[in-house]
Amino acid sequence: MADRLGAAGGLPPAFTAAGTSSFTEFLTMAAPDLLPGRRPLPPGSAAEFGPHATTIVALVYADGVLMAGDRRATQGNLIAQRDIEKVFPADDHSVIGIAGVAGIANEIVRLFQVELEHYEKIEGNPLTLDGKANRLAAMIRANLGAAMQGLAAIPLFAGYDVGARRQQDPARTGRIFSYDMAGGRYEERDFHAVGSGSLFAKSALKKRWGAGADHDAAVRLAVEALYDAADDDTATGGPDLIRRLYPVIMMVTAEGVRRLTDEEVGPVAQAVVTDRMTTPGG
Amino acid sequence: MTMPFYASPEQVMRDRSEYARKNIARGRDVVVFAYAGGVLFVAENSTTLHKIGELYDRIGFAAVGRYNEYENLRVAGVRLADTHGYSYDRRDVNGRVLANAYARTLGSIFTEQLKPFEVEICVAEVGDTPAGDQLYRLIYDGSIVDEPDFVVMGGHAAAIATAMRERFRKGMDLGEAIGVAVRALESAGGDNGTPRQLSADQLEVAILDRNRPKRTFHRITGDRLSTLLPGGRSGQSSPPDSGPDSAPDSVEGSGPDSDEPPTGGTGAAPTT
Repeated sequence: MADRLGAAGGLPPAFTAAGTSSFTEFLTMAAPDLLPGRRPLPPGSAAEFGPHATTIVALVYADGVLMAGDRRATQGNLIAQRDIEKVFPADDHSVIGIAGVAGIANEIVRLFQVELEHYEKIEGNPLTLDGKANRLAAMIRANLGAAMQGLAAIPLFAGYDVGARRQQDPARTGRIFSYDMAGGRYEERDFHAVGSGSLFAKSALKKRWGAGADHDAAVRLAVEALYDAADDDTATGGPDLIRRLYPVIMMVTAEGVRRLTDEEVGPVAQAVVTDRMTTPGG
Repeated sequence: MTMPFYASPEQVMRDRSEYARKNIARGRDVVVFAYAGGVLFVAENSTTLHKIGELYDRIGFAAVGRYNEYENLRVAGVRLADTHGYSYDRRDVNGRVLANAYARTLGSIFTEQLKPFEVEICVAEVGDTPAGDQLYRLIYDGSIVDEPDFVVMGGHAAAIATAMRERFRKGMDLGEAIGVAVRALESAGGDNGTPRQLSADQLEVAILDRNRPKRTFHRITGDRLSTLLPGGRSGQSSPPDSGPDSAPDSVEGSGPDSDEPPTGGTGAAPTT
């Protein structure tokens, strides 16, 4: 970090400046080159450069909220990666999944994770779920310039609202937020999907989702929705039983974020595929 | 024509040291050391203005002195650690990086600015094994010491360090370690050198838990702290313990009796 130390050897003034608990705002002062959306782009479209990550689904269930993503990344007509991960824990009680250009998506996720942890360390308490959702909107908005040149990434954010639990409002503990490229933030009821296969995944969720689904029903529903997306969208991968690559599924409950193991998701994926052999439409 | 006042560099540095030391000596104390399961921080602090904080996954921070100054350093440390971890990898952030940055910052403030920082800080890192634990102690002029056993900072540091030397051993469990730290803090600051008794609401306790994945720092508060205190004390203050294992009479005669800042004077803010 010698390059970030001041001339006299101490930390430069930005490090001791008062006034912000945001890591992004701090980087704007101290190291703007590290931020996505702050780099000048040459004119023209960059859309074909990097691999694209595809479908993410999220749904509210009895214990909180679930988010799942398929494992395919595509580049043009090719499969760029079969086992990419697009759903990540953002902090102890929230998850983020991103569809779009994988490079930008990964950078935004990493920055968002540090952003939440940074705030918590400096302030001594975590942001509220709404605060986290608003912060993410600002980060997406900052990427607008790059998005207009084809480097777009659209997140889906979901979390367990610890504050709603305190207010005895169990219906609002699991919450989902979607975004648009301009940084618009929209709270979704019940379920949502983003990415190239989201149209089909959302249709599947619309027909199958019911209030108060338990853990097993929620997992099955997520896998079914991703199967339907993969069925009609070439950029979304179905469960790969041959290589044992299954969707990434994260459950967010009062206890925190937990990623299901392959041993938990595998049998569900197998069951869905088996059932589709008799009724391909589900 | 008036002659410009001359002060030798030695005199200037001595004055600054004395100024910083005097103000640190009014503060309450912090003890930091490694136990079997990680690193333990215990501070005498009944306010919500923390003396102990998290810097990174395996690195903690403790400080005494003037609150606004060490809070400033803590925030700078979090920023440096997060920037370093974001631009490289989480595993590339270690205690030495932070301790060196603090040493250089404190050193340049001490020599270049009119008023030195009136703080003493400790940067502690928990290793994967006890051999990897690191304790760095930094003082107002940027001096840095890699302490092998424990760090004691604050107004009664000398007396508490004496008490710690008698009780400290490596590889204690958490309950025993908290007992040792609390008894050492209680050994100083009582009336006429008698030990005090500190209750859970007068203590700020946190650990870096070696066995936790990722972020190891967490605070021990409320009921969990009460049950870990010697004799399972309640949250209420109670009269001094006069039991057989009470602390020895090791308070220095010159030690300050009170945490209250002197009234009036040169605009000194209360130290916490």
